[in-house]
Amino acid sequence: MTENRRKFLKKSAGVIAGAGVVSGFISKYATGFADAATEKAVTKKKIRWGMVIDMRKCVSGCEKCIDACHLTHNVPDFDNPKDEIKWIWKSDYHKVFPSKSQQFVAAETREKPFLTLCNHCENPPCVKACPTGATFKQSDGIVEMDFHRCIGCRFCMAACPYGSRSFNWRNPRPAIKNITPDYPTREHGVVEKCNFCSERLAKGQQPSCVEACPEKVLTFGNLYDKNSEIRQVLKDNPTIQRKPELGTNPSVFYIT
Amino acid sequence: MIEKALKGNKGYWGWVAFLVAVILLGLYSYSKQLSYGLGVTGMGRDVSWGLYVAQFTFLVGVAASAVMVVLPYYLHDYKEFGKIVVIGEFLAVSAATICLLFILADMGHPDRVLNVLFYPHPKSMVFWDVQVMNGYLLLNIISGWTVLEAERKGVSPPKWIKPIIYLSVVWAISIHTVTAFLYSGTPGRHLWLTAILAPRFLASAFAVGPALLILISFILRKFANFDVGEKAISKLSLIATYAGLANFFFIGVEFFTAFYSNIPSHMHSLQYLFVGLDGKSQLVPWMWFSMIAGLVSVLVLLYQQRRPSNKLLIAACIGIFVSLWIDKGIGLIIGGFVPSPMEEVVEYFPTFIEISVTLGIWAIGLLILTALLKVTVAVKQAA
Ligand code: SF4
Ligand code: SF4
Repeated sequence: MTENRRKFLKKSAGVIAGAGVVSGFISKYATGFADAATEKAVTKKKIRWGMVIDMRKCVSGCEKCIDACHLTHNVPDFDNPKDEIKWIWKSDYHKVFPSKSQQFVAAETREKPFLTLCNHCENPPCVKACPTGATFKQSDGIVEMDFHRCIGCRFCMAACPYGSRSFNWRNPRPAIKNITPDYPTREHGVVEKCNFCSERLAKGQQPSCVEACPEKVLTFGNLYDKNSEIRQVLKDNPTIQRKPELGTNPSVFYIT
Repeated sequence: MIEKALKGNKGYWGWVAFLVAVILLGLYSYSKQLSYGLGVTGMGRDVSWGLYVAQFTFLVGVAASAVMVVLPYYLHDYKEFGKIVVIGEFLAVSAATICLLFILADMGHPDRVLNVLFYPHPKSMVFWDVQVMNGYLLLNIISGWTVLEAERKGVSPPKWIKPIIYLSVVWAISIHTVTAFLYSGTPGRHLWLTAILAPRFLASAFAVGPALLILISFILRKFANFDVGEKAISKLSLIATYAGLANFFFIGVEFFTAFYSNIPSHMHSLQYLFVGLDGKSQLVPWMWFSMIAGLVSVLVLLYQQRRPSNKLLIAACIGIFVSLWIDKGIGLIIGGFVPSPMEEVVEYFPTFIEISVTLGIWAIGLLILTALLKVTVAVKQAA
């Protein structure tokens, strides 16, 4: 083999190897539509916690789930929208579902306060945006916060398309009526949000809100377990997610 | 060389004293913010970024714009920029420094800032922004200082500085692109979720930067008896003109897409900024002022290309600066949060504390710039 030819072969091998890497990279993104991607994920992981909210059963003036959550997690009550911190709350249909049909909506739906909380997205933009990993996704699908690592840049708040996150604009402790010692209180300068009661799940309990609701509005369970109650509910009822067009794949579903 | 910044007349020291006073006020306000929390600002759950992040965004542009003098001088050997190139680099140094300070001021936990390096997350655009901003700052300090030092000694600059300067050219583009990506990658904010954001950032930066350099040139001519040269100024004004035109063209394109497609979420923020939304219209007069002042200034710049007039030129440069400061330093960031992802229209009013911290940081930038320019002028005049 001549020197030149050897060089040429070496070079072309490099090019081909490079092309292989690139095409692997491309095919990784050529996953097709959401359904197929979800199926793939199911076989790989075992747990993805999710929730179905059956708004048909939800009573308009009731706030039991909200109170239970905020008590469990030491969420302060500032009573002004600027400092406000909330993990789960009620809002109007058109605010929770701005991209859903807003014309000729049944009065019952239009006027009903809808429950809203962090969706524990399968593809959470907040996690991607966080520069420190203070917001991260656990292997069980829950999007969690490390209050000690958070630098308070609020990038996650800009990135979350659902307004699920709150920032501690001031010291929250004076605004907590009853402190629950089982869960840490926060200090000013960090972000917080619903954690699907990670700490209770670890003890085998259901989330606070689910337990507190007398109407059984909330069904909580493993979305990747075909035989779970939540999968049965999803199978039997038409459900919707918030802003599904963004590809975040929320783990919270609604029956309207 | 830095000792040259310590010799000056009464006017110089008066200016420095004024800046120091503003800085002290800023520091005092910042101490309040540190102890109480960011609640002392006008930001809240819905508009969660405000003046600080907006200044940061604007100033990244000012920093990046140094490339508009570095590129012609070093790459195309445009000799007329000989006197202004170091000034451009030092403007970049001051701007980049206070960019970092604005980020720090905006943090809830500035004491944990190093977490960005301890737990690097390359998927986050902030990670890249921190790298490019610090890198850019360093590149400009090194190249500006080395070239000036050589000039003082009356020798030509060392060879190794060339690659550093070329690198700083590419780097300048990257800082503003990455900064645009901070915003244009967020799925729920329609004002930001647009591919033209990075080009628009660059265009507005290349209009503001040269306009500022022109203003600085006139100030130096008046107060320091230092002339960068007519030709340099006229070239800078040409750059500002066309970059300004490109910027307004990009804004127009933005409007077309939003309003012709008629997609509500794409229109909302622009409606809020320019006509008001849900009965809230705090920023409307600002935005119209910005648009009109900007367009008129660009036209004046065009006109005075033919009939040079220093007065018109100065007025137009001030017009461009103010216009684009409002556009990027207020409208773009606040507008991104209105309406909120849950369609709330919440308005934002900066507080006195927030404004004084902002002024304090600007004063730090001006102080750095003043000192660096003092040294530059002294060296150049001695040479
Ligand atoms: S709802 Fe918002 S905060 Fe919750 S996981 Fe999704 S993006 Fe993150
Ligand atoms: S505020 Fe905290 S959690 Fe949010 S992006 Fe910044 S560091 Fe991460």
